[in-house]
Amino acid sequence: MNSSGLSLLSAHLPVAAAADGLLERLPLTLRDTFVQWFPAPTQWLLHHLISIVGILAIFGLFFAFTTVAERKLLGRLQNRLGPNRAGVPKFSFLPFHLKHKLFGLTQPFADAVKALTKEDIVPAAADKLLHFLAPVLVVAFSLLTFAVLPFGRNLIPVELDAALLYFFAAGSATELTIFMAGWASRNKYSLLSAMRALAQVISYELPLLLSVIPVVLVAGTLSTQEIVVAQGFWTFGLLPHWFIFTPWGAAGFLLFLVAALAESNRSPFDLPEAESELIAGHLTEYSGFKYALFFMAEYFGLTALSGLGVTLFLGGWQAPCAFLQFIPSYLWFMGKLVGMIVFFIWVRGTLLRLRIDQLTRLSWQFLVPLALINLGNAAFWALTGAWSGPLQIVRWAVSAALIVVPFVLMGRSLTRGQAPRTYRYAT
Amino acid sequence: MSLSPLQLCLLFSSALFCVGLIGALARSNTILVLLGVELMLNAANINFIAFWRYGPAPSPATGVLFVIFAIAVAAAEAAVGLALVIAVYRHRRSIQLQDANSLKG
Amino acid sequence: MITLTFIALVTLAAAAVAMSQRNLIHSALLLVASWAGIAGFYLWAGAEFVAFAQILVYVGAVSMVVLFAVLLTRRSHAELAIAPASVKRILAAIVAGGAVLGALFGAVLSTPLASAAAPPPAISVKALGAQLLGRHTASVLLIAVLLTVALLGAVVIASTNSKEDAP
Repeated sequence: MNSSGLSLLSAHLPVAAAADGLLERLPLTLRDTFVQWFPAPTQWLLHHLISIVGILAIFGLFFAFTTVAERKLLGRLQNRLGPNRAGVPKFSFLPFHLKHKLFGLTQPFADAVKALTKEDIVPAAADKLLHFLAPVLVVAFSLLTFAVLPFGRNLIPVELDAALLYFFAAGSATELTIFMAGWASRNKYSLLSAMRALAQVISYELPLLLSVIPVVLVAGTLSTQEIVVAQGFWTFGLLPHWFIFTPWGAAGFLLFLVAALAESNRSPFDLPEAESELIAGHLTEYSGFKYALFFMAEYFGLTALSGLGVTLFLGGWQAPCAFLQFIPSYLWFMGKLVGMIVFFIWVRGTLLRLRIDQLTRLSWQFLVPLALINLGNAAFWALTGAWSGPLQIVRWAVSAALIVVPFVLMGRSLTRGQAPRTYRYAT
Repeated sequence: MSLSPLQLCLLFSSALFCVGLIGALARSNTILVLLGVELMLNAANINFIAFWRYGPAPSPATGVLFVIFAIAVAAAEAAVGLALVIAVYRHRRSIQLQDANSLKG
Repeated sequence: MITLTFIALVTLAAAAVAMSQRNLIHSALLLVASWAGIAGFYLWAGAEFVAFAQILVYVGAVSMVVLFAVLLTRRSHAELAIAPASVKRILAAIVAGGAVLGALFGAVLSTPLASAAAPPPAISVKALGAQLLGRHTASVLLIAVLLTVALLGAVVIASTNSKEDAP
């Protein structure tokens, strides 16, 4: 996988390949030295196992600290402190106790212990096997999507020719687990809200896929690594050629963000398990660690979709400026990923929840047509790649107009008679 | 005698075909019958891929293209079939095949 | 060969158990497992694109349609456990299926199939796309029309006109 990735890179990016420094190769070097201690027949297995363990460890910790960051940031947005009590635990075998609170950073581990030790209640009438399988499968499927994300120049767990198709195939399998959870609980409200959740996920799968297709069209490949490589150019060494900095890419990224929010059941699209309205939707009958697994899968899904967004639109592991390439590519990827997650938390703290009819209407009447128009826009962009000089300005203007005009027209016609809203009891 | 991989693939697909066939013939639930037919279609797809992998293929894409088209048609078939099942159920309050025995109603 | 045998056995077992289950939801979910097994076979054979398409279409989409159809065609939870068909019918089906199986197995085993142990034919997604939209554009368009008509038809057939269902 490394040799093919490198040869591909050196073909496209001679400058970047030269910058392949010690830090850049550090994870690979560590892995190779570790693998060398073992007999040759087991080396290929270890090779893959290390990738798997690496993903599990890094994204497990990432999940843990995402929850803490989310709670703290939401706390700040709501003018309170958020969790700040959990500190260094007191171990009885140690003679001293370091009484530092660590800014509450050990909160997720306390939460994990709580979830593990909670009673696991299974309803008497439940379909025991499916009730057990649903949380297990949902975590497994959401972890599968990480396999094709390029975390760095040389860091991609599996390099596939049809990586994007794989990503969405693995992602669509999680829909089944929503159904399994709702149905196995033998609770009509669980089943009803599982159906609601499915309706949401299925109707947003379409804009999600349609917002990704323009990237495939312009980059001319389904491989995530090659899509990142296609964005690795700079104008004057300063302005990156990321897809978000093109008219169709910016529109596609916004559509992708909205669809990703809905796909991962995040606020403002968190109706399937709106805590303040329903109990927990299809997860009502789950408790203890099984509930924690669903929670985990949701964050894994969000992280994977953010990673995909970073890969497709924000240049993946590419540095924003040519002279910043000395910073290892995986740090750029993680930085962008954290940025996306913080943005999602910000959105959650800011926007209000939609109603189910507003939710489906937004998808089918607004996002899907807009994504289709954007696809045509990307086709125009791909066809006019040879234009240069003043024609370049025409290209940008036409492309921008192709997406802004439909956006404004559709927005106006859809909100006619509804906006501006008048409030009777508030100003 | 030893089996070649191609023969093993073909045995697999014919066994799957027969499972689908027996299911479609033995069950009287319309949805299960449809699923049996769906299995038979999948068995045919397995054959395409097996011959694409081991047979003397005229072009490296033929088998794959066949299967892609077959999957698309199967998706359409499943959607229409299950919509028909729902329509029949609404009419007769049953999805047993024996109950759907008249065109009028 | 061992991998293939394993995939084949798992797929067949899932399909066979699915076809003999009394609980419809269990049947549907086991069939999904069987479809995933077929995707595993495609992966084994080196047809990545088809394998992912199979997962996307069958595990992601067709399974949902099936499950929705199962839930929409019942009145109570108990009704999911459907009565088995008559013994005569099952026996007849097994005899017919067994006869077909015997004929197919005999044909496969008695045919001298030359199988070269060649590497799988390499086909990149790009080449596949070029083929689909080059030589086979007409078929792609036909499939597109077919899918559109089929989905519109499905919506029309399954939707109701009765007043009580209207919002």
